[in-house]
Amino acid sequence: MTTARFWRDNQTRYNLMATRCGNCGKVTFPPRNVCPVCHRKSMGKMKRFQLNGEGEVYSFTVVHEAPSAFEMQKPYVLAMIRMDEGVMLTAQLIDVEAADVKIGMKVKATIRKIGEEGPGGIIHYGYKFTPF
Amino acid sequence: MREVAVIGIGITKFGELWETGFREMGMQAGLAAVQDAKLTAEEIDALYVGNMSAGRFIEQEHVAALIADYSGMARDHIPATRVEAAGASGGLAIRQAYLAIASGQHDIVVVGGAEKMTDISDTISNEIQSSAADQQWECVFGATFPALHAMIARRHMFQYGTTREQIASVAVKNHKHGALNPNAQFQKEIEMGTVLKSGMVADPLGVFDCAPNSDGAAAVVLCSMDKARKYTDAPVKVLASAQASDSLALHSRADICTFEATRVAADRAFAQAKLERKDIQLAEVHDNFTISELLAVEDMGFFPKGQAGKATMDGQTTIGAKLAVNTSGGLKARGDPIGATGVAQIVELVQQLRGTAGRRQVDGAKYALAQNVGGTGATAVVHILGVA
Repeated sequence: MTTARFWRDNQTRYNLMATRCGNCGKVTFPPRNVCPVCHRKSMGKMKRFQLNGEGEVYSFTVVHEAPSAFEMQKPYVLAMIRMDEGVMLTAQLIDVEAADVKIGMKVKATIRKIGEEGPGGIIHYGYKFTPF
Repeated sequence: MREVAVIGIGITKFGELWETGFREMGMQAGLAAVQDAKLTAEEIDALYVGNMSAGRFIEQEHVAALIADYSGMARDHIPATRVEAAGASGGLAIRQAYLAIASGQHDIVVVGGAEKMTDISDTISNEIQSSAADQQWECVFGATFPALHAMIARRHMFQYGTTREQIASVAVKNHKHGALNPNAQFQKEIEMGTVLKSGMVADPLGVFDCAPNSDGAAAVVLCSMDKARKYTDAPVKVLASAQASDSLALHSRADICTFEATRVAADRAFAQAKLERKDIQLAEVHDNFTISELLAVEDMGFFPKGQAGKATMDGQTTIGAKLAVNTSGGLKARGDPIGATGVAQIVELVQQLRGTAGRRQVDGAKYALAQNVGGTGATAVVHILGVA
């Protein structure tokens, strides 16, 4: 992914920024300008806020056949995490043995290196999750 | 809205077709369909082509005009339109042609679907398939297309007690069907142990839980029902064409064990066709992964949620049962040249409804359904066909 495309979403990737609809209260991640429930009624009422970074494992897998950018990391644990605020996201689980991962396991976000644009390129950072 | 019929079908063999290029595949399938319908080129009003990613697979965009050109239709300057909805591109191309005829705009439309996936490495080919998921919020973090389906499988096992063997039984059954299909990529039966012991792709899914990378093309000719009998004594009627969408990212769904787009498209299709689930004798569903077939038959209401695994293992979806699922071998065994897949499903239904499916014929097939999915359920297209 090119530098600008990644950079545009850095605030969300670094700080887990979400939006809450001022009309119905629905939380969306990543941030949206329009609430998928309230549509036009939500315009101008989408409030940005930071997720608390804690959640639980909703489902997971161990990736054995990886894209070229993740070749050196395989096998790695990938999970869907339901955050305390109710939204779900997809991220790697780290500092845990694959055999120990369970659905329902409590996890929290941490900032790690996600990838890089070649050996001399920019390093991308973002969230991964660890058990706590 | 006018009634629409299928009057011609054509398909290439699916597999690693090293000797055949994209344009030749498209032309072969298209010409076979046009010959089957006994059409002359001048009678064709338009061409739609389902294709996911020729730009990345073979660095060629603008493929609808290309196929029209190599099929000899450029001289007549017919409208040629490419349709893209990832894995659902083929089914959606058929739907566009259906709408064009039903609306009265066109009378006879050729629909092709094609993908050339093996000119590049499997790793790159898999990355292109993953682009049907959310690049910015799934793939950036290491998600692959198999990984997303593996998470569906694990959640299905957790929520409904579905077993690994039940999931694997989809591959065993579809290879059994594929062995009866001379155009299938894999025409060999496999044992349960082969699926369970196959190399891990994304736990719990192994190589034999995943549809292969394939080359191939398929085509159908659609025609308004009032003109269909001019070309064939056995037109197959399109009883319903429905489509639905959902969030692109899997994690934006309340429940990942149901594809709401499939459920909604199926409900719309059954309402349009005025048929019930029990009326359908065979279904081609989007088994890009073994778990996907279980979701498909559950979401469309053929089995209660959580029961499709047991039903599949018990042989309730094998040829000979009341509902035969993926008689062609499905994406798993017939092969999955992405843009061609949704069109190949319709080719299979028409062969079955004409009674020309050979060793895999479903006896007395009268009503048949196709379900074609894009991404992890962000697009679903459902067609119901019947003997006219």
